[in-house]
Amino acid sequence: MSTDTNIIEVLANREYQYGFVTAIEADSVPRGLNEDIIRLISAKKNEPEWMLDWRLKSYRHWASLRKSEAEPKWANIHYGPIDYENIVYYSAPKPKAQLNSLEEIDPEMLATFEKLGIPLTEQKRFAGVAVDAVFDSVSVATTFKEKLAELGIIFCSFSEAVQKHPELVQKYLGSVVPYTDNFFATLNSAVFSDGSFCYVPKGVRCPMELSTYFRINAADTGQFERTLIIAEEGSYVSYLEGCTAPMRDQNQLHAAVVELVALDDAQIKYSTIQNWYPGDKDGKGGIYNFVTKRGKALGRSSKISWTQVETGAAITWKYPGVILQGDNSVGEFYSVALTNNYQQADTGTKMIHIGRNTRSNIVSKGISAGHGQNTYRGMVKILKSAVGARNYTQCDSLLIGEKCGAHTFPYIEVKNATARMEHEASTSKVGEDQVFYLKQRGLSAEDAVSMIVNGFCKKVFKELPMEFAVEAQKLLSISLEGSVG
Amino acid sequence: MLEIRNLHVQVGNQEILKGIDLQVNAGEVHAIMGPNGSGKSTLALVLAGRETYEVIAGEVIYDGNNLLEMAPEERACRGVFLAFQYPVEIPGVGNAYLLKAALNAIRKYRGLEELDAMEFLPLAREKMKLLEMDDQLLNRSVNEGFSGGEKKRNEIFQMAVLEPRLAILDETDSGLDIDALKIVAKGVNELRNPQRASIVVTHYQRLLNYIVPDYVHVLVDGRIVKSGGKELALALEDQGYAWVEAETQSATTAHT
Repeated sequence: MSTDTNIIEVLANREYQYGFVTAIEADSVPRGLNEDIIRLISAKKNEPEWMLDWRLKSYRHWASLRKSEAEPKWANIHYGPIDYENIVYYSAPKPKAQLNSLEEIDPEMLATFEKLGIPLTEQKRFAGVAVDAVFDSVSVATTFKEKLAELGIIFCSFSEAVQKHPELVQKYLGSVVPYTDNFFATLNSAVFSDGSFCYVPKGVRCPMELSTYFRINAADTGQFERTLIIAEEGSYVSYLEGCTAPMRDQNQLHAAVVELVALDDAQIKYSTIQNWYPGDKDGKGGIYNFVTKRGKALGRSSKISWTQVETGAAITWKYPGVILQGDNSVGEFYSVALTNNYQQADTGTKMIHIGRNTRSNIVSKGISAGHGQNTYRGMVKILKSAVGARNYTQCDSLLIGEKCGAHTFPYIEVKNATARMEHEASTSKVGEDQVFYLKQRGLSAEDAVSMIVNGFCKKVFKELPMEFAVEAQKLLSISLEGSVG
Repeated sequence: MLEIRNLHVQVGNQEILKGIDLQVNAGEVHAIMGPNGSGKSTLALVLAGRETYEVIAGEVIYDGNNLLEMAPEERACRGVFLAFQYPVEIPGVGNAYLLKAALNAIRKYRGLEELDAMEFLPLAREKMKLLEMDDQLLNRSVNEGFSGGEKKRNEIFQMAVLEPRLAILDETDSGLDIDALKIVAKGVNELRNPQRASIVVTHYQRLLNYIVPDYVHVLVDGRIVKSGGKELALALEDQGYAWVEAETQSATTAHT
């Protein structure tokens, strides 16, 4: 198998293709974090008093957490101390003028998103996908806004929502992930700069995919975006986020918060294709992806579904979960997490069953290659009130090569005896026999490995919106193709 | 088409093939028979390019080129096909998906245009019919949950679609009932033509009632000890391998 290993190493070491930097003038705040910085960020965004108060409250809480060294240490990941005083907490491309239409966006910016495959100009947009493009700390463009507005759907940057829909933001901000939730969520609550906001009114089925594309460009900058999606009674929305960053030797922090709220009979489908810069083949550089994502299935028979394909980032720390509060509500989590070279991932989900007859479904596929370490950490909690709750968990690990690792930490807490729980787990290796079989049929080693891995992930990929399933497969083949050995 | 000269192969430190000579011309069907552990499957896998086997001496010339220098996929693209003794399962990969990818990889190598799904499916369906296979097997994951017989038939189905120049069947008959055996034989006979050749590795004579070979070779302890026409297979059926082994033994003794 030595020949395979060679081919695969070449592929695994293939360069990250989104690693370029855009030369654009930025408006940044000084490094470090204190109340003045918070006030400065808030002032730059021209925020109302209540928003600033919330930030300050969060900052003070975070400062106390920092003092008591409450940065979470329990995850199965290893990294040096983060110097929070050396991070730039806000960086925005300098606007040339007030934008009246998408056509007035800085051409550099357009070119950047074009290069990333996210065209923002009218003619070239993905048909059927509305995009909000976030560059460093701010949203630079949102497409199809008017068309969505006709249906009463609000899809805009978070900053715009704070200005134009303060009643909605005030009602739901922090209602799923409170500012005290955890160290990184608290930090985000203090300094978050932008993100997407989406509101789907009662009975409306959003006719297109909503999508946010996150791009970190500036050096030494942290990206702290915040997304809030509210689906009113009987509505439906499918949302997708993608992310990339330039290649840099320094680690960069990305600490996002996503909150979803689904009311009676509403459905939210949230998909992520995460392709942050993963660091080089020796593990230098890369994004720390420390993210808190949670949905509240608040209404009866509501449904929240998370699908994630995590192939990038030096370290991934995220547990998109669902609080199943409404009776008969459903929570789903479908995940593919890939770690190659020296990447680390500690990811999984939390399903908190509160309502009666609530159901959750978890399918996690972890792939480890190179020296990658991949941990599934999942919590399923059935509270006393959750009569007739059901959970199904399937958790599979695939190992490629000899130097990687797969770990599984399932936590199950059942307080109601009527609950039905199923847990299945497997660990397998990409077999020499499988690779040889496919090569004998005429496929190259890299195509063979990629076919086997894509087959392994099929159950998750079929949950992605059509257009993105293909992209996810390609992405996986590029980031993975490492290491049959 | 294929010329094997003095081929020695080992696994670890154990020599399994101890000097094989074999010539296969286009249009011929060769049967390789022999007792368990004689090296039949090793020969099949070495020809297909399995890396776990180390060639320590000899050469294999295929269409004028050194076969042993080619990667397994290159051999496949040049028309070498192995029907595996133990076809592996590949979860989540559709049978049709794999086969279309394989066919297109081979076509691309040969400078032919790749087929799209609309062109591929009728072709696949036609071959399935020939092998009396259920259409549903096209959409199921490769060999996953297939019965032993289905796996073997699936190998022949793939062969029928890929239309190799040199087909090597490694004990495709083992574990098949007589009806399945006939279907498998039909698949192989369908491919028979003056441009193609087959090597049929088998333990039993039974299969050769349906795939009538031009030559039969008996492999014992890593060497071809006897070659002949199809009647040799019948003699083996009557008298067992002990007879050939005894004959070889006495021949060796006579030399010393």
